[in-house]
Amino acid sequence: MIAALDLAPIWLTLRLAATSTLLLMLLGTPLAWWLAHTPSRMKSLVEAVTALPLVLPPTVLGFYLLILLSPDSTIGGAWVSLTGDNLTFSFSGLVIATMIYSLPFAVQPLQAAFEAVGRAPLEAAASLRAPPRDAFLTVASPLALRGYLTALVLSFAHAIGEFGVVLMVGGNIPGRTKVISIAIYEHVETLEYTQAHALSALLLVFSFVVLALVYTINRRFPVAAG
Amino acid sequence: MKAYGPFLWRVLALLALALAPMSRPSQAAETALVAVAANFAETAQRLAGLFTARTGEDIVITVGSTGKLYAQIINGAPYDVLLAADQRRPRLLVEGGHGVGGTRFTYAEGRLSLWTPQPDGIPAGGGIAVLARGQFRHLAIANPKLAPYGLAAKQALEHLGLWQKMQPRLVMGQNVGQAFSMVATGNAELGIIARAQVLSPRNGQPGSRWDIPEHTHDPILQDAVLLRHGQNNKAARDFLAYLSSDEARALIAASGYGAGKSGADK
Repeated sequence: MIAALDLAPIWLTLRLAATSTLLLMLLGTPLAWWLAHTPSRMKSLVEAVTALPLVLPPTVLGFYLLILLSPDSTIGGAWVSLTGDNLTFSFSGLVIATMIYSLPFAVQPLQAAFEAVGRAPLEAAASLRAPPRDAFLTVASPLALRGYLTALVLSFAHAIGEFGVVLMVGGNIPGRTKVISIAIYEHVETLEYTQAHALSALLLVFSFVVLALVYTINRRFPVAAG
Repeated sequence: MKAYGPFLWRVLALLALALAPMSRPSQAAETALVAVAANFAETAQRLAGLFTARTGEDIVITVGSTGKLYAQIINGAPYDVLLAADQRRPRLLVEGGHGVGGTRFTYAEGRLSLWTPQPDGIPAGGGIAVLARGQFRHLAIANPKLAPYGLAAKQALEHLGLWQKMQPRLVMGQNVGQAFSMVATGNAELGIIARAQVLSPRNGQPGSRWDIPEHTHDPILQDAVLLRHGQNNKAARDFLAYLSSDEARALIAASGYGAGKSGADK
């Protein structure tokens, strides 16, 4: 059954999820940190924007991205003159779309973890003359480990399962934008149920394992800051 | 737990009450629920308007891809008529007992156009040259595996000897509607799509187009069929009959289709 299966979408999906998750961790950390510590009144607004992908249907995100990333737009046009290629219908475009789509899954657990760590350990570190960057890397980050694990696993899993946005900005190009969920859709529509079953079962098992992992993590490290 | 008993029953009763109107047969005598393939939706709306003005019978239109509508119908969706984008699904419906035998006919024949929103993108008579020169990044078509218009686009490109050459530039929509939106939003410079989409009054950018000759692909025959749910529905039967009237066929032709021949099962 697996022999008849085209493995390219699986490989592509893993690459997409890994790339976007990595970038999300890098960009999500400062944002989550800011949200956890800022006294700014803008906080609520930024939090709301961050949570939007949870609420909006993928068609809305997909529709806006189709327009925002189009070669006729500022962003898409700049990308074309920079790289010579479209942002839509490309792997890079999917990475951007996936990052936006998974943003709350990265930022919210991180923010919660940073809030749980609180300021005290950092102030202690500062009083021991640790520079802020050191304090963050050697004190706050390890304490927020549970948040990082949760954010990592959820962003990755969410990226794996993405469908609607990719459907709208991807263009179904084998090896470039044809991810697992699109492949399943195509198999179902063309009555190739064997392949659809194989890929779907794979996703089902994967998602279960991931969620079980998240809940195990949450039990093992019940309170991050102790 | 016991304390919740009466409460639970009350909730269930409320639910039953709320759902009751939905489970009643949907139409009074003179409304037909018509499921329409996405490419024909707009034309169907206009046909329905004319039909209702003429007969007083109401048509309610549901739009979807032929494949999804088919799946819904075999799972009990209460449609009375299907206007499909192909011949296969109506035939399968009749074979499976979901469609009424002897009611199937071709109501429209799809036409393909190569289209770009750029007014001077395709010079008159220069469609093949534009494709062959390849000075564009993306050509959008509907997925040939899923959509009749996509299959026809593939056949036309093969006929023109351009299918291999187009491979690195092809992007595929799940249906011809999505392929159209890829071009309309500027994400793909060119698309091979349904002529009806370009001609649609809703399309604000006439751009330029090359009408792809019909001999380059198998005909896109779109069949209509009366569904079992609608076999006693007068409006449904009348609407099907209306589709082969001169008035309806003129509108269908003006919308960018070949008007179907009137006739019954093949």
